[in-house]
Amino acid sequence: MSSYHLDHLQLLETEGIHIMREVAAEFERPALLFSGGKDSICLLRLAEKAFRPSEIPLPLLNVDTGHHFPELNEFRDRRAKELGAKLIVRTVEEAVAKGIAVPVPGEISRNRLQIPTLLAAIEEFQFDGLIGGARRDEEKARAKERFFSFRDSFGQWDPKNQRPEIWNLYNARINPGEQMRVFPLSNWTEMDIWEYIGKEKLEVPAIYFSHKRRCVRRHGQWLPVTDLLPPRPNEEVAELVVRVRTIGDIISTGMIESPANSVDDIIAEIAAARVTERGSRADDKSSEAAMEDRKKAGYF
Amino acid sequence: MSHAQHPVEILRFNTCGSVDDGKSTLIGRLLYDSKSLMEDQIEALERSADITGGGRINLANLTDGLRAEREQGITIDVAYRYFATPKRKFIVADTPGHVQYTRNMVTGASTANLSIVLADARQGVIEQTRRHIYIGALLGIPHLVIAVNKMDLVNWDKERFLEIRDEIEDFLPKLDVFRDVKFMPISALEGDNVVFASKNTPWFEGPTLLAHLETVHIASDWNLDAFRFPVQWVNRPNRPNDVNFHDFRGLSGQIAGGIVQKNQEVVVLPLGIKTTIKDIWTCDGSLTEAFCPQSVTICLAHDIDVSRGDMIVGARNLPGYSANLRAQVCWMQTRPLQANKKYLLKQTTQTVQAAVTSLESRINFDSFEPEPAPPQLGINDIGIIHLRTAKPIVFDGYKTNRLTGSFILIESGTNATAGAGMLLPPLEPAKPEYSDFAI
Repeated sequence: MSSYHLDHLQLLETEGIHIMREVAAEFERPALLFSGGKDSICLLRLAEKAFRPSEIPLPLLNVDTGHHFPELNEFRDRRAKELGAKLIVRTVEEAVAKGIAVPVPGEISRNRLQIPTLLAAIEEFQFDGLIGGARRDEEKARAKERFFSFRDSFGQWDPKNQRPEIWNLYNARINPGEQMRVFPLSNWTEMDIWEYIGKEKLEVPAIYFSHKRRCVRRHGQWLPVTDLLPPRPNEEVAELVVRVRTIGDIISTGMIESPANSVDDIIAEIAAARVTERGSRADDKSSEAAMEDRKKAGYF
Repeated sequence: MSHAQHPVEILRFNTCGSVDDGKSTLIGRLLYDSKSLMEDQIEALERSADITGGGRINLANLTDGLRAEREQGITIDVAYRYFATPKRKFIVADTPGHVQYTRNMVTGASTANLSIVLADARQGVIEQTRRHIYIGALLGIPHLVIAVNKMDLVNWDKERFLEIRDEIEDFLPKLDVFRDVKFMPISALEGDNVVFASKNTPWFEGPTLLAHLETVHIASDWNLDAFRFPVQWVNRPNRPNDVNFHDFRGLSGQIAGGIVQKNQEVVVLPLGIKTTIKDIWTCDGSLTEAFCPQSVTICLAHDIDVSRGDMIVGARNLPGYSANLRAQVCWMQTRPLQANKKYLLKQTTQTVQAAVTSLESRINFDSFEPEPAPPQLGINDIGIIHLRTAKPIVFDGYKTNRLTGSFILIESGTNATAGAGMLLPPLEPAKPEYSDFAI
């Protein structure tokens, strides 16, 4: 093999940097969705690589459901500060108070309420291009989405009418009120993410690593016991050595029993895994087309 | 390093064929038999088998991710799949076969190293087969596999397989681009010759499809001959008090061809100014040398006004520079392409106005012969057109460099991506008036 050769992580990285710069160059008011999760950590690293030594020319945006893991929010705020990046947080709670988001009576999950909260934030700041950390290997509907995913003025995705995406020529043109969601990590797998985190020595929130936690068995999963999710009578409760593989809201994120406490341990664990990453996310299991429906409504 | 044993080479391939040729089933079979599926995916398959499949697992459900696709049993859009074997990592684009969705085939195939074209053993070579092979050739995909599927439905008849092979081999010389072409008798549904060699084809020496995907030599697709650097983003930090960066003026972009070295002489086009490379800056430190497709930030020895859309090239092997372009175009929109229509043309990092001056020819997919002077190109038509751009562009022929020789046409108003273009070689190289830079 010649010395003019990029390995798979280098190839994915250069593709991601190229996309980051296209966004900065083609949009007037771009933003980057940053939750503090492992995918958006890689995204932020790509942004550094794309724009340094300049400042990252776009603000970070996060929709806080109020049901986040506290460790995640702490990490999010600290990381943004370290990078000197502007962080905008909009909360579901505020959106509900303003009547922008209306809860379904009796529904505890804030998952659905993220969508109007996000759309309101986009409108407030007139964002036209939003970079997100979604990957195609996560889910079947995402597997069909383009790098540059056009959304109409209601934020909706039309999977049957996507723009052809050819070579590395991304059509970023939109009319006023429309938006583009951009996914530089589209071609990355869960394994690539962890290998990149290892290679770049990126810090991740501690909940990705093995720790002790009181969990309750519900719908075949171990969910963290919190004030939001007290165990019901007759439910099995146990203190377990667990970690998160993918982070959703604290009331719907299944904890996996794992001794992995380093990036290398996690890589070894994924290599041997027999279920997918999103197998531990209750929000995706509600139906075969759960993600497709949410995306059509404006979700990432 | 704990992950040293992981595969490092990526093969990108796409599958195409007509409706019901079994593309999604084939990918499902590859994933299933190569043990790339997880338990929850298999469970989901089994759940849908009970509901819609009459109890039998439908491997196509793995890639047909949209509700309408599962209901109608068709594939609507390009679906991407990722799997790895101990030998390689794979990015798979499953591209639909409906005639109206040819644009998605172009989307899925434009970045592929290898294309798998499926043919139904009962139906043989149909227009779709020819069209897909042609598009693969047009896009310059080096490797082609013709998978003759549903061989179980023709009783594994060797003669039928050879008949199909001969028919395709008859027209391949007209296309003259593929580096290698393999024919394979398979049954995606039953799994024969996909991952495991079939007992039904003693007359086929192999290899199986997966073995071929794992071993086919993918010499670099990237052009390492002539240096091309389309400026993507001007990197000018606002750090007046930082001695390292107060006068930093970087040009960020992805190298689209060739190799560049520190202190090398380069030309900035279209300005035509010669200068040298002062620094190849990256976030991880400066490089003495960089190559396609690395993303870097270049600093020039002179403070020249360079912006997005300009191109920095090596002093030898200059690209073309013209406002009059001739290109092969694949049309992807229902509103036809006609002479005098205007579009936005995006090539490398610039977008310019372009007018169609004339239509030279349209490909006839039965004969592969060009029909001269068609009145228009309709959706899925491929032909040669002439364009005039509002300002000249710097370019190479597509066969020389896929990244500097390609463009898309965008319709104003809807902003739809209406066509994919592959430039024919320039008639002559750029002739900059070498104003050697002097202060």
